[in-house]
Amino acid sequence: MATITTKAARGTPTAPGTPGWVRWVDDHRKWLFAAPAMTFVAALLVFPLAWTGYLSLTDAEGSVRAESEFVGLQNYLDVLSDTARFWPAVGRTAAFTGVALLFEVVLGMAIALLLWRPFKAQKWVRVAILLPLVATPVAVGMMWRLIFDPNIGLANQLLGWFGIGPQPWLAGQHTALPTTIFIDVWQWTPMVALILLAGLTSLSDEPQEAARIDGASTWQRFRHVTLPLLAPTLTVAILLRGIDALKTFDILYATKGRGGGSFHEVETLNVYAYGLSFDYNEYGVSSTVLILFFLIIIGAMWALTARRKEAQR
Amino acid sequence: MGLSACGGGGDDAGASKTIRVTLANHVWTENIKKALPAFEKQTGLKVEVTQLGEDQLSDQYNVKLNAGSADIDVMMYRPLQEGKLFAKNKYLADLSAQVKSESWDFGDFQAGPVEATTYEGKPVGIPIITEQEVLYYRKDLLDKAGLSGPPKTLDELKAAAAKIKAAEPDVAGFVSRTGKSTAVTQFSSFLYSFGGDFVDGGGKAAVNSEAAKQAYAYYGGLIKDSGPANVSTDMGWPEAMAIFTQGKAAFYTEANSLYKNATDPAKSKISDKVGFAPFPAGPAGSKPYNIPSWALGINDSSENTDNAWKFIEWATSKEQTLAQQKSGVPGARTSVWADPEGTSTFPKDLAEAIAASTKDGVGHDRPLVVQVAEAREIVGQPIVDAITGKDAAASADTANAAFQKFLDDEAK
Repeated sequence: MATITTKAARGTPTAPGTPGWVRWVDDHRKWLFAAPAMTFVAALLVFPLAWTGYLSLTDAEGSVRAESEFVGLQNYLDVLSDTARFWPAVGRTAAFTGVALLFEVVLGMAIALLLWRPFKAQKWVRVAILLPLVATPVAVGMMWRLIFDPNIGLANQLLGWFGIGPQPWLAGQHTALPTTIFIDVWQWTPMVALILLAGLTSLSDEPQEAARIDGASTWQRFRHVTLPLLAPTLTVAILLRGIDALKTFDILYATKGRGGGSFHEVETLNVYAYGLSFDYNEYGVSSTVLILFFLIIIGAMWALTARRKEAQR
Repeated sequence: MGLSACGGGGDDAGASKTIRVTLANHVWTENIKKALPAFEKQTGLKVEVTQLGEDQLSDQYNVKLNAGSADIDVMMYRPLQEGKLFAKNKYLADLSAQVKSESWDFGDFQAGPVEATTYEGKPVGIPIITEQEVLYYRKDLLDKAGLSGPPKTLDELKAAAAKIKAAEPDVAGFVSRTGKSTAVTQFSSFLYSFGGDFVDGGGKAAVNSEAAKQAYAYYGGLIKDSGPANVSTDMGWPEAMAIFTQGKAAFYTEANSLYKNATDPAKSKISDKVGFAPFPAGPAGSKPYNIPSWALGINDSSENTDNAWKFIEWATSKEQTLAQQKSGVPGARTSVWADPEGTSTFPKDLAEAIAASTKDGVGHDRPLVVQVAEAREIVGQPIVDAITGKDAAASADTANAAFQKFLDDEAK
């Protein structure tokens, strides 16, 4: 009886006399079907990550094929005590992500709420708002670089009409990072708006109506009905955009070039790791920075989802 | 043939009639692309060109050559920037046997450039483009300011730049590269003309010598005082050249190999007003760099080396070098420079400026180390500090300590 049950559970009424390999295939079906996906993940995710982890423990430089020595955690000690490049880069990464995300979520929410209720020409407004999203970031970077050129750029001309003096924008040591944040907000707010709008349209009308009947004001309805119902979508939007913002590279590279400018004004962790590999050929140290960066991203996302779960309770 | 089966992506390598050539964006590349059909017809080979910007080219090499890829046969590279690193990493094939080809005449190449493409006594690259730093200037603005001719000394340059900037509110007196790393090469001529160098005779860091401090202060000060308003500290040659060719600057120190950008009416608003002069003399005289900026090498992992060499032999032949030079790309062959036809198309003042530079020129324009990119960032810091009005001397001291540490690390 017992054997029959097992066979039935597997759904394979193997007739006696079937060749051994067929039976083997039948017995290992769940592994076999998952194998392509698992190989894919192993080859493209696990292996590179493990390799980076290994490199981070060596003094590999010049060429990864050259001989390198195992140095244990030395790279980690060096990087974590590096106050000249590493920690400032961590700070800039956090500032860039935090500020950009804040603006993107607030503005994205506002835009989503505006587009929520149908109105005339809504279709066109939606298309127009989504335009920055479809542009390639490098092209966007080049465009803003021209607009923000301190001498011939449009931005300073515009300020001139209002009697405000020319600003250095991307060229300034202290204005470069805020300017790149602005560009990021310009490009990615539509994506946040899109996600939030999708969330809004899927909400049912009843709670809103109930609140209206109870005499809740617009703000109260937003604060106590819409927002809590939208919270899961909001988390998704923040997670997606947050991870992406942490990893921003294209806009920074296109506007400030290698090293994030002559004073490393916009050098985030990603730009720093890139410079370590491609300019300095310090593959060991670079891998260390990337592993630490990876841990920071995981940590940040874990904290966010944990908070979210706590809030649900 | 047997080998080609092992070469992962390069299915058709080995037996291949296709030569995969990776080139940088440069006038040289444009010329060679135009001449390619003749080469292909003559040899029956096919040339596949991949063309990239300088930085992207470096990245491409770092990724592909690191992985031992065989899908690059011929590579255009910068001997002074990446030569040592690539040779040390064994990315560049030894060309000792190939250069013996008699009709091609390796002995015709200038000694300085050949030295830069030689590693441990073996030729690993063939220099194709040489560069000297010259002074670009605006004839009309000089006339307007009542100056009889281009400045002959750095003091005169400073005075002339200040005068023009004061007279023309929209025009900068002087422009040049300002990016920490990219400015180093053009700054080097200033450094040498003040009597300094990046490293002293004993191999020690020397960027805080008295001469070096003066050079940093001079270069940064010139841009700060007479440069464009709101000057960015990220400018490479494309940005600096744009300011000059838009008519927004009177003087510009830059590599001569880029002169077509200024004299071509399609690219320059001031094409008919540009003059060229030898690099102005400093306390130690006029000492511009004279270097091979680009060379061709063969990827050591290539399985198509015979055909790759055929391409190099053709592209660096006397005929091609002459054709290149006539279209404005200074080459490395002595015979072409000796040939009056070789300088016939250069503006007369530019040809004279180049002749002066090749006479007293210094053979490097950046520290001669393995990790050049890192070294450039270190010795370039005082440049941007001087431009932004910080204490150049103090910054040079800091940079020198960092540079010495870098040299020590590299010597290990």
